Amino acid sequence: MTAPEGRKLRLIVLALVAGGLVLPILAGLWETTRAAFGILPAIGAVEWSLDSWRRLFALPGFGTSLTLTLWTGFASTALALALAVGFAAVMYDRFGLKGGARLLTPFLATPHAALAIGLAFLIAPSGWIARMISPWATGWDLPPDVATVNDPLGLALIFGLLVKEVPFFLLVILAALSQLPVRRHLSAGRALGYGRGVVWIKVILPQLYPLIRLPVYVVLSFALSVVDMAIILGRSNPPVLSVAVTRWFLAADTTLILPASAAALLQSGVVIAGIAAWFGAERLCARLGRIWIRRGGRGVSAEPGLMAAGGAVLILMALGALALVSLLIWSLAWRWSFPNALPESWSLKAWMQPAGGWGMALNNTIVIGGATTLLSVALAVAWLEGEDRARLPRAGWAEALIYLPLLVPQIAFLYGLNVTFLRAGLSGGMVTVIWAQALFVFPYVMIALSDPWRALDPRLVRAAAALGAGPVRRLVAVKLPILLRPLMTAAAIGFAVSVAQYLPTLFMGSGRIATLTTEAVTLSSGSDRRVTGVYAVLQAVLPFAAYLAALALPGFLHRHRAGLQGDAG
Amino acid sequence: MRGLELNSVTIHAGEAPLFAPLTLTVPPSTVTTIVGPSGIGKSTLMDFIGGHLARGFHATGTVILDGQDVTRLPAEARRIGILFQDAALFPHLSVGDNLAFGLASHVRGRAMRRASIETALDKAGLAGFADRDPATLSGGQRARAALMRTLLAEPCALLLDEPFSKLDPDLRADLRRFVFDHIRDRDIPVLMVTHDEADAAAADGPVIPLGG
Repeated sequence: MTAPEGRKLRLIVLALVAGGLVLPILAGLWETTRAAFGILPAIGAVEWSLDSWRRLFALPGFGTSLTLTLWTGFASTALALALAVGFAAVMYDRFGLKGGARLLTPFLATPHAALAIGLAFLIAPSGWIARMISPWATGWDLPPDVATVNDPLGLALIFGLLVKEVPFFLLVILAALSQLPVRRHLSAGRALGYGRGVVWIKVILPQLYPLIRLPVYVVLSFALSVVDMAIILGRSNPPVLSVAVTRWFLAADTTLILPASAAALLQSGVVIAGIAAWFGAERLCARLGRIWIRRGGRGVSAEPGLMAAGGAVLILMALGALALVSLLIWSLAWRWSFPNALPESWSLKAWMQPAGGWGMALNNTIVIGGATTLLSVALAVAWLEGEDRARLPRAGWAEALIYLPLLVPQIAFLYGLNVTFLRAGLSGGMVTVIWAQALFVFPYVMIALSDPWRALDPRLVRAAAALGAGPVRRLVAVKLPILLRPLMTAAAIGFAVSVAQYLPTLFMGSGRIATLTTEAVTLSSGSDRRVTGVYAVLQAVLPFAAYLAALALPGFLHRHRAGLQGDAG
Repeated sequence: MRGLELNSVTIHAGEAPLFAPLTLTVPPSTVTTIVGPSGIGKSTLMDFIGGHLARGFHATGTVILDGQDVTRLPAEARRIGILFQDAALFPHLSVGDNLAFGLASHVRGRAMRRASIETALDKAGLAGFADRDPATLSGGQRARAALMRTLLAEPCALLLDEPFSKLDPDLRADLRRFVFDHIRDRDIPVLMVTHDEADAAAADGPVIPLGG
């Protein structure tokens, strides 16, 4: 009875994943590739040619954009990884890891755009930090004329990426460390005379890294192709490649779409080459590290490098927290002239006109987020249940499939996907936006849900089966209720990812669908900080609300069940 | 005065002490054995002496090694080697590199270091194993490699934390002989904890019961 039913479920899931997730990405890449080589019938281009590439290379600022992309992408990823590893090494054994993971949640939940806007409010020449130390410490009565945001070297962008990526790496590292015999190996290394910090680098890190390699590639791919944060914090002219591509796609001159497509394709080439280069560097580090280990140097007990990394992370977190506070203050400010540390007068005016814009954007964001989350969680449950019924471990290709949308740059296939949708008669609207966002929400839901799902005590399910419960009843009456907490957590993560999406909404909505994120990014370039603050606060608050609900609901429903109050999620 | 001394050592986990205050001296070239039932805190005592005590434990008393109070020193500065019951070879390094990790850093030059490791492997009956993955070793081979790694670090004292308890009985006798033969000519104090009477007998030294 169960075998054919399990197969049917798995076939349905496979069809949904292939048709709903993989096919759109491939179709989008195909359309982008065709346009990159001259074929885009919608604008009358029907002949294969290399003209788009020639035009691309001749576009002003192209070379700078490419260099800037490589620099910001690699620098931010390498630095974030180093800081996170150092911080984990310093904090391990000194702080409760569970508590540490909780502290990270606010940073993980906050959308990139909101955090970037907050950081811009904080570090700009007229930002909060300058206001707090002026004029008494600096002598500034007017904002100084230095580029602390949108600087030509992309330092502000790197800083913003660090605030966002270090907590992500920390979360991944904490999860991986729980699978390693860290304490025993620390003892063994120190009994051989090695300092703590040296044991971390020589013994723990080489075992840790393979477990976090895939997330590192995801971060590298993201940092090389980020758009929203780069618009807000990055150099404005010429910008990083991904922002330049977005501008060319949306330019009034539609013939720019051809070189834009070429650049989008190049963008995925940059990511593939970037990951390959990173992989090569891993090999090199491993080889050099091996030689270094063989020399047997014991190092010092003081672990100065790790301490510095730990301190830097604390400063990053503090600045991130200040950035979020500054969003709220600006949204409530009325008069706030430089260099006052706080507004002279406060007002709710920016909040009082929901009809003026933010009401609609909020509404769209919630509807889109709710729909993508529901779809993604349902598909994830179906997938995991299919694995359970088949009693099969996940194949390597299936795992790769989950990560695919996170590794391919969004810009590389979203415009092409839009073309495909238009041709299929699905014109820009809610449905296409929800579909496109689900491509990126599903992987995170799946990743968040997989481990707790597999950790479920199999005896419970077997006991239910022995009592005569069929597969459906086992799922609905046993598994789902017990897994309510991780299910809700996965849903909250999915919702947060959806709220943060920028490009899918921009391209698939054909400019007609405004969400908090698209509006906030648009407003961030020089509009009224008070209005921008309102959008960014809402954008940051929504994921928080989702996380709170994810904590509160299972806590309430299971309030008389001590066995389910643990930290399953 | 050479040797390892414990002066009224107690360890608390919360309120109650794990065992009565412990005072003992282990002279060089002898193996002193502490016996006691599981859960009495033998491994925790080893952790304290080696400097690896986990958070949540509170200890009093002092550890003196060769006349120097090492109680406040970090683990890596104490020069106290440990042999764990599951060898704790590092899985990312080959067998040879595990030994290289242990080999004292004053042995310089690639050829010298390589030679020291080959000699140690040879002594352990593991000649030609330098490039092997530790995961492919048998339990006995792993334990011998771990002992060599520990000895190459030139410790001033050695702790044996139930080093034979995970091995098959017939292998256990072989390995005991191997371990004790190698540490006797080292002229260092050795402290072993075990719940196996035969271990204590083979050590051929003082036996101290650890009671509540």
